[in-house]
This record gives sequence, C-alpha cells and structure tokens, in this order.
Amino acid sequence: MTENIVWRIAGGSGDGIDSTSQNFAKALMRSGLHVFTHRHYPSRIRGGHTYVEIRAGPEPVRSRGDGYNFLLALGDSFARNPQEDAYYGDEETKPLAENLDELREGGVIVYDEGLIDIDEIPDFEERVEENDWHVYPIDLRARAREKGREVMRNTAGVGATAALLEYDLGHIEDLMADAMSGEVLETNLEILKDAYEDVQEMEFTHDLRMPTGEHDEEQVLLSGSNAIAYGSLDAGCRFIAGYPMTPWTEVFTLMNQHLPEVGGIAEQVEDEIAAAALAIGASHAGVKAMSGSSGGGFSLMSEPLGLAEMTETPVVLIEATRAGPSTGMPTKPEQSDLEHVLYTSQGDSNRVVFAPGNVREAYEQTRSAFEMAYEYQLPAIVLYDQKLSGELRNVDESFFDRQPDPDLGATLTEEEIAEAAHHASGKFSRYQRDPDNDRGVSPRSLPGQKGGRHLASGNEHNEQGHISEDPANRAAQMQRRMRKLESIREELDAKESSHQTYHGPEEADYGIITFGSQQGTVEEAVDRLTDEGHSVKSLGVSGMMPLAEAEISEFLSSVNEALVVEMTGSAQFRGLIQKELGRFGPKMHSLLKYNGNPFEPSEIVDGFESIIGEDEPAPTTQFVPAAGD
Amino acid sequence: MSAFNAIGEKREVEREDFTPGIEPQATWCPGCGDFSVLKALKGAMTDLGKNPEEVLVATGIGCSGKLNSYFDSYGIHTLHGRALPVARAAKLANPDLEVVAAGGDGDGYGIGGNHFMHTARENHDMAYIVFNNEIFGLTKGQTSPTSPKGHKSKTQPHGSAKDPIRPLSLALTSGASYVARTAAVNPNQAQEIVKEAIEHDGFAHVDFLTQCPTWNKDAKQYVPYIDIQQNDEYDFDVTDRKEAAEMMYDTESALYEGEVLTGRFYREEGRRTYGQEKRAHGDMPEDPLAERYHDDDYEWERSYDLLDAHK
Repeated sequence: MTENIVWRIAGGSGDGIDSTSQNFAKALMRSGLHVFTHRHYPSRIRGGHTYVEIRAGPEPVRSRGDGYNFLLALGDSFARNPQEDAYYGDEETKPLAENLDELREGGVIVYDEGLIDIDEIPDFEERVEENDWHVYPIDLRARAREKGREVMRNTAGVGATAALLEYDLGHIEDLMADAMSGEVLETNLEILKDAYEDVQEMEFTHDLRMPTGEHDEEQVLLSGSNAIAYGSLDAGCRFIAGYPMTPWTEVFTLMNQHLPEVGGIAEQVEDEIAAAALAIGASHAGVKAMSGSSGGGFSLMSEPLGLAEMTETPVVLIEATRAGPSTGMPTKPEQSDLEHVLYTSQGDSNRVVFAPGNVREAYEQTRSAFEMAYEYQLPAIVLYDQKLSGELRNVDESFFDRQPDPDLGATLTEEEIAEAAHHASGKFSRYQRDPDNDRGVSPRSLPGQKGGRHLASGNEHNEQGHISEDPANRAAQMQRRMRKLESIREELDAKESSHQTYHGPEEADYGIITFGSQQGTVEEAVDRLTDEGHSVKSLGVSGMMPLAEAEISEFLSSVNEALVVEMTGSAQFRGLIQKELGRFGPKMHSLLKYNGNPFEPSEIVDGFESIIGEDEPAPTTQFVPAAGD
Repeated sequence: MSAFNAIGEKREVEREDFTPGIEPQATWCPGCGDFSVLKALKGAMTDLGKNPEEVLVATGIGCSGKLNSYFDSYGIHTLHGRALPVARAAKLANPDLEVVAAGGDGDGYGIGGNHFMHTARENHDMAYIVFNNEIFGLTKGQTSPTSPKGHKSKTQPHGSAKDPIRPLSLALTSGASYVARTAAVNPNQAQEIVKEAIEHDGFAHVDFLTQCPTWNKDAKQYVPYIDIQQNDEYDFDVTDRKEAAEMMYDTESALYEGEVLTGRFYREEGRRTYGQEKRAHGDMPEDPLAERYHDDDYEWERSYDLLDAHK
C-alpha cells in the first residue's frame, strides 16, 4: 500500500493557512484522491500556532492518522516575543519548532528560510539526523515579494510541495484559476510555477511521493458545518436565530449566507436565550426553525429548551462542543457537553439528541433531527464538536441528490382542525391527553388558522393549554409526552438504515464503542488492530436520546469486553450506557482524552492493547500524551 | 389561497368573543389593576374589528403572564422575561398576525431587560404592554425594578438602596417608536392607548400602572391622575425626541412623589418597522414565510444545487 500523504501547513492565524489548505485539498480530491483535513488553531485573530493537516490517499480516509509526514512551515507574520523564554514562546520559529514532535521518521520539511532561523531552534540538527528528516530550506517570502505580495508565499510553498512530491501542477493551476482572476491569478501562477521548477532542480533525498487514485464519480469537499447547514436547508428550515460563539459560528454564518438567498430569515440577536426563544416563536407560528450554540451559549438556552418541551414546539438546536468548563478552550474539541445536552433544563428531559460521526452523518442526522422535531413536536439537538465542524472530507456528489422535506409534521390544516376535538367553548384541544395515534403526538394548529385557537403554556396545562395542576391531568400529559420518546426509538429502530455505524468483522471477541466525532478514528484503530491479529469490532453511536439501546445491547452482548472511547474527563458516555443498560457495567472500560486534541488511531490501539484482555483491567485510562498532541 | 383564513376575516366581533369559555373569570385578587389591562385589551381589539384567531398574545411569567389565560385568542405563555423574543419571531414568521406581548415590570424591566432594549431598538411591529405594579406580586411582594427607593420588603428588610428604573426613558433611548403610560384607574384612556399601540406600525411600549392591592397600593393611590394631553400645564411635542425625553424624566420622578402623569409620551412617524427594514435589505421574503409551507406548488431549493462551490 502506498503511504498516505499527511501534509501539514503551519504558520500564524491570519496567514491564509485555511484557504491555502482548502484549495490544496480540493486539488488533491479533483486529481482522484480521498482527502481528510484536521484543523488546529488558537483563540486569537492574528498569530499564534496554527496548522491544518491534509491526509490524502487512494482509499477513503477515516481520520487524521498518526502524526504526519510532510511539513510546510511558513513564517508567522504576526509573531511577537522573539525570546524563547517568553510566555508564548518564540513565535517566530513556532511554525517549525512547535510541529516537530509529531513529524514521523523519514518526513519532509520545507521551511521559509526568509523568516525562520533554524539556529534559534534547540537541537534542530540533531533531531533531523535522529529522525531521518529531509529538510529543504526555501526563501518563500523572497519569492513572493519578488513577483507579488508577501502573502503569496503560501503559493510558493504549495509549488515546492508539488515538486517534492512529484505531483502534477496542473490540478493546482486549475483550482487557482477557479478561485482567482486577473493580475492576482497571473502573479500566483507565476510564483507557483517558479517555485515548482526551481525546487525540481534540487537534489531530493526523500522517498515520499504523492499517491495516485481515481474516483468513480464526481466528488464534493465539505466540512461537518457545511453538512449541518445543507441538511437544515434540505429539511425546509428557513429560519435561524443565533449569537456568535466558536465553533458553532460556522453553521450560523453559513445559514446567514444561504437563507436570504432562498427567501428565509436569519437573525443575529442579543443573546442565546433570545436566540432559542426566537426559534421557538418562529416555529410556533409555522416555520421550520433552528438555533444553536456552543457550551456556554447553550447553557443560556436551557430554559427555552424546556419551554419547547413543555409547549411541544418543534425546534432544532445545534450544539458544537468545545473544551470546558466555562470558557475552557474555545478552539479545541471535546465531547464533554454530552450530559449537558441530554439533561439541561428543569424537569424530565423530553428531547432527541443525535451525535453524527462524520460529514455524511452530519447531513443525514440533521435532516432526521428536523423530521423527528416536527413529527413529534419536541426539540431535537445535533451534538457535534470543533473536530467535526472544521473537518473537510470528500463525499460523492450524488449523496446530496435527493428531495427536500419541508413537511411541517404533526400540523393540521384548517379542514382537519374543523374535524378535530374542541372544548365546548370552541377552543381547540391542542394537547389531547389521549390522541388518536399511539405515538403520544397531539397534532397542533398554527396561529391565524381558523378554529385552532389555544394556549401554549410552559405551565402544566389541560387539553386546550390552560394552566392546570390537576393530578390526573398532570399524570396523563406527562405520560403522553414521555411516550413520544418511546415512539421515536421504535420508529428509528424500524428504519432500514440505522444512525449507528458498525465497523470490523461481524463477530469479534472484543469491542470498541464510541459516539460522535471520534468514530472514524476508532474505525481506523479497529483496522490496525485487526491487521495485528486482534479480534475486535466497533460501534459508533449517534442516537444519544432516545438512546439506541437495542443496538448497544446487542453489540455489548456479543463481545467479552469493550473499550469505551470518548473525549471527556468523567466517562460521560460510559456512564450513560451504564445508566440505561446497567448489566453491561463490568464489561466496559474507558479510554478518555481531554487535552484539547482529538484521538489519533495509535492512541486507541495502545489503549486497547493495554486495557482489554488484561486480568484486572483498570476501569479508566486517562490518556495524556507525553508530548505534542 | 391562504392557509390562515382567520387573518383578515371579517366577523361580527363583540367584546365577549375575547372571553374564554374555559377560564371566563380571572383569578387575580379583588381590586387588582390587571383587570383593567384585560378590559382595555378586549375593548381595543373589539374596536379594531380583530377576531380572536388572528391575534397572538405572548406573555411572560407572573400575574401579568396569565393575561392570555383570560383573553381568548391564540396565546403563548412563555418564560419569565422572554415574551418579546418569542413574539417578535412569530411576527417575522407570519407578519399578518396581530402580535401583542405582555408581562410585568420584573419580567420586562428586570430579567427581560436585554430583550426589551433590543426589541425596541429593532422596532418590531407589535404592542408591548407592561403591567407595572412596582412589585413582584405572584412571588409575594418582593421589591421590583420599579419599586421606589427605600421600599421595604422581605428581600429588602432595610429598604431598597436602588433608584427605580425609568421605563419610559429606557424605551425611548432604546428605540421604541411609540411610548405611552396609562393607569388601571383610567379605563377610557387605557383602552384608547392600547388601541393606538396595536395600530402603531412599529414597537409600541405601554407602561400600564396596575395597582397591587395585596402588596403595595390600592387604586386610590393612583388617583388623582393627570392625562398630560388633557392638561395645559404639560405642553410638549410628542414627536420631538428631546421634549419627550424631558417629559418622561419628569413623569418618572413625579410618580414617586405621588403625582400620576399618564398619556402619550413619544410617537415617531414614518420609521420603517423591522420587517420592512429587513425586506429593504433583501433579508426577508415579501410573502409571509409561514404561508410557503402550505403552497403545494412551491419549488423548495435544495443543497444539491449549491454544490459547485465544493467541487
């Protein structure tokens, strides 16, 4: 098997790392490769240690992989504190110095010698020799300055990359022609070509080359945020209200751009309490609506979330977890908002929570969240994190070729309202204690419809929505609302395609179980463990509430022991399974990581080998890597 | 064809059509000023020829939050302080609805103060009635944002050290385009003002003085009241922001010296409502968004047609 390329471009925030890497990833995809990106950035507008990795190979790529093998270290234009012992370290050399720990043996380094002085990096020469790295110093800045502007050094870096990996420059040129025009394009093309040709003249000491591949059909490159936004649009969502917060801002921004184009309404409002309340108000008036936030902002949504549950107003909320508690680490992923999202707000939870495992699932499950919310009249939450939000992957274009679903679910027309139950005084029985269906859903009317007037109250209420504390009514209304969750589980379990994802052999002695965004990494670990002769399979869970109990039970019953992999500090996911399926408690062991970086496959492989199958395995292994991430 | 045929429907409407058969009698304390709000709202809607099913009344929490329990229309009884964000989204989703929001002084000027400020700023087309009784009633008499300085209660045993909030001034500063104060003791003026607020195109704030006979005052403490439009002593131009601001300041101060001034304080004509403003920016459809979901011929846009940017 040809080695995958894992190309890392590093520099400062604001240096164009994102757009350069996106374009390069797209060029690789167009040339027939499968791609996967991983983004690491600080909570700073300018400067700081930023990198993006692109992993590319001929076969579908499931994760960022372990470490990387090609570094393009740009200078950091916004560097400060050139002393090594300053609080933030020597920022001038960071794009090179800070990235060395994860560079694999035999890897390639291209660095901008115009900005980075290797004499400032401790033990650089020794490390190069020890790790058999191949170093190509190039004055990228001078090349960019000579022909155009300094920022174009990224282009020179990409040209050098292509030359060193013997990658056809045509794909990159085509992409640039799509993205730019005029003089900017001309200059960039010139810089690209010059760098390519000059580097070609250098003597290569490395063996690494870009693999080749071919796609059966047209591919598109999307992030988890793109997928959530598109899933919402295709579900007929035409209203969003929100407040900016990293990393949720990406979905919010995309929707603010798309909605006015399709006659929808986007509202940036005063706070997240208002944001969730607006989504509820719009949905109450008959529009498919969403809101969302990240940890702290979602905390503010707790109360409106409960209002949606009690008034049975459909609404979709997106929660992009970042490392907590409090402000935590704004740009770093974690999965520790799981319990927060499942249980926040007073009273018993009555909501749907999906945690998609990859870009395709993010699209699929966002649609499903709207369907469940409107069909069953409750809030549905899509739980993801910074990892999935910025992760770009190629997907078959045809995956998106399907019909939109603007259906309002359990909503009546005026004709149907005329036939429906009313109080003697003419008020519509919006909250029938025992509706005609056994799903617990009492269909709603919309304000302005003839014959449908009722009260929607956050207080416990009778059939017409008027406040009631009558014990019999209370019990009946509670039972009906709770029945909706059982019905949803039954409906989801009966569907042909499950939201849960299985990987590895059908029968295995051991299992690895995870939820949400760590799914692909776990799958890659399962492949490696299988290659090493272990009998192991995995389950990626997305149905968090109502929990996919039947599938989890079946999986856990079929294995001797299972490793539960999650990015939390207190084993929240394992706790959830133990709460719902206590009998499996002794079979489960945790592998946890919460240092701000997602798992790498080798960490799961190591975790599995040190925990599973031992006579007395530790219940919890907290993964704290020795260095780097 | 509309999916919302109650909207604009001409029915013979009588005041009693707004009395719900389920809770025809409000459970407020005898002598409570809240009865006057209910009466004024019923009267105003009847005068305007509105029918109950084209009206959405969104309320907060507290005694005032029960307004839509006793007023028959579509109603949404939301959270403490959150009636405004719910109401304004409903209005954006279906601008043909007549949307009225209501809450108390703790609800609107305390916990919901941020929403009050921003809803006024954006000039959403709705009436917002604040039952201002200068106290937290339903939770049994605690000091509220409009309680006078020195007000003693179980939560302020030494008397409140805080100056009360200035609701009229706050509304004006924030951007409300109609600001009035009325009082429960003056039912005729109250009905007229509520009617004007509903008719006004933009955010209309009505600070409604509602005595709380159980915890602070009875009706006679709001008597005599002065209607500033009926009294020569108060000659100012309600369309002049500076004159209005001065009048509001004096009125707010006077209340705590026992002088009850009521009437119209500010009216801004010709300003676009938020919906109109958004439409002018290309950010809102011409037709009510809520109607689109019932249009079988509408061709829903899909993401598949947006994928070129990802190739």
